[in-house]
Amino acid sequence: MIELNKENFEEEVLTAEGTVLVDFWSPSCEPCKALMPHVHELEEKHGDKIKFTSLDITKARRVAIGQKVMGLPVIAIYQNGERVDGVVGDEATTKSVKELIEKFC
Amino acid sequence: MIYDVVIIGSGPAGLSAGLYAARARMSTLIIEKEAAGGQIATTDEVANYPGSVENVTGPALVSRMVEQAEGFGAKRITDTIESVDVTGKVKILKGENEEYQAKSVIVATGAVPKHIGCPGEKELTGRGVSYCATCDGAFFEELEVFVVGGGDSAVEEAMYLTKFARKVTIVHRRDELRAAKSIQEKAFKNEKIDFLWNSVITDLKGDGLLETMTVKNVKTGEETEIHADEDDGTFGVFVFIGYDPANKLFEGLVEMENGYIVSDDNMKTSIPGVFAAGDNRVKSLRQVVTATADGAIAATQAEKYIEENFEE
Repeated sequence: MIELNKENFEEEVLTAEGTVLVDFWSPSCEPCKALMPHVHELEEKHGDKIKFTSLDITKARRVAIGQKVMGLPVIAIYQNGERVDGVVGDEATTKSVKELIEKFC
Repeated sequence: MIYDVVIIGSGPAGLSAGLYAARARMSTLIIEKEAAGGQIATTDEVANYPGSVENVTGPALVSRMVEQAEGFGAKRITDTIESVDVTGKVKILKGENEEYQAKSVIVATGAVPKHIGCPGEKELTGRGVSYCATCDGAFFEELEVFVVGGGDSAVEEAMYLTKFARKVTIVHRRDELRAAKSIQEKAFKNEKIDFLWNSVITDLKGDGLLETMTVKNVKTGEETEIHADEDDGTFGVFVFIGYDPANKLFEGLVEMENGYIVSDDNMKTSIPGVFAAGDNRVKSLRQVVTATADGAIAATQAEKYIEENFEE
């Protein structure tokens, strides 16, 4: 999992080629932390097809807001720099995240 | 294997049931959907649970409960139960990943936050509309925030949000709060908190992020549009208007009242060997303290039920 920040978000996500997953999270977001191990598991399985990244929003709040993210958890899929799909809030469950990722494999 | 007790849900009710069941040396499995803790896991401060003094947070309390239940031998697993067959002597629970068998089942599935139900709410969730202040509060640093509701959760979370937001307005459909008096006093003293009485939100709009909402005065019927400050571009709406019981799995199987499971003082439901505990059952007070009490009673009664119905 690549840790994103203000400096590398553009390079790793917005100008990156191919499919990139961004796990938006924060240390005070319990549902985000509960999802994290499942996302890691899915990375082991599908990491060759999708680039897995995560952004701690407390370190890059403006970057997240720039991506229209103002609530957590958000698991978003970018293709060639465009956000094409994702799951947000209550809808982000182990099942929906798995289905989301499998769509892009 | 056939477990003595399978507990669905790992909030305070489920964890307390797990602790009591495991301590009675019953084989105990706690099935949790996502994370342990339930609603309390996203609560900043739990000030009314006896003994939880000095700013005990929800997550801290939950992690102690988990540690305690596991310490006595309760097993925890992450899975989502999709269907149940609980009418027979051996209860069968079909999960997304596995199937489980049990002599008794404790249903501690809790409740989920209610939504406003107005246009735009769903589309703008995570884009200005939120149901979790600890998750999303930090996004609203120096911005304006509206909190919908007038109960304990609404007012407490409004106070938590003043740590981040420039201004917090509580939007409540009545002309007085329902929250505990001590909480109200704190809120009235807080200079960052304002109130919009007799009001409900009827519409939410925004392109990408929340930009406009319509507030209706329930007394006069008058509707007012509130726009985001031009420099901010957006604002937040946090919804705390109560909860819906998470009892879908048991609909049509056990007796219910308005979606809540009916149980007696011993947490027994209409099906032998199936017990209910916590926010998902008919009761007068839904708090951590009553959830843990329910869990303890359910586990003790499950033990009794097994003794009476299963021979060694």
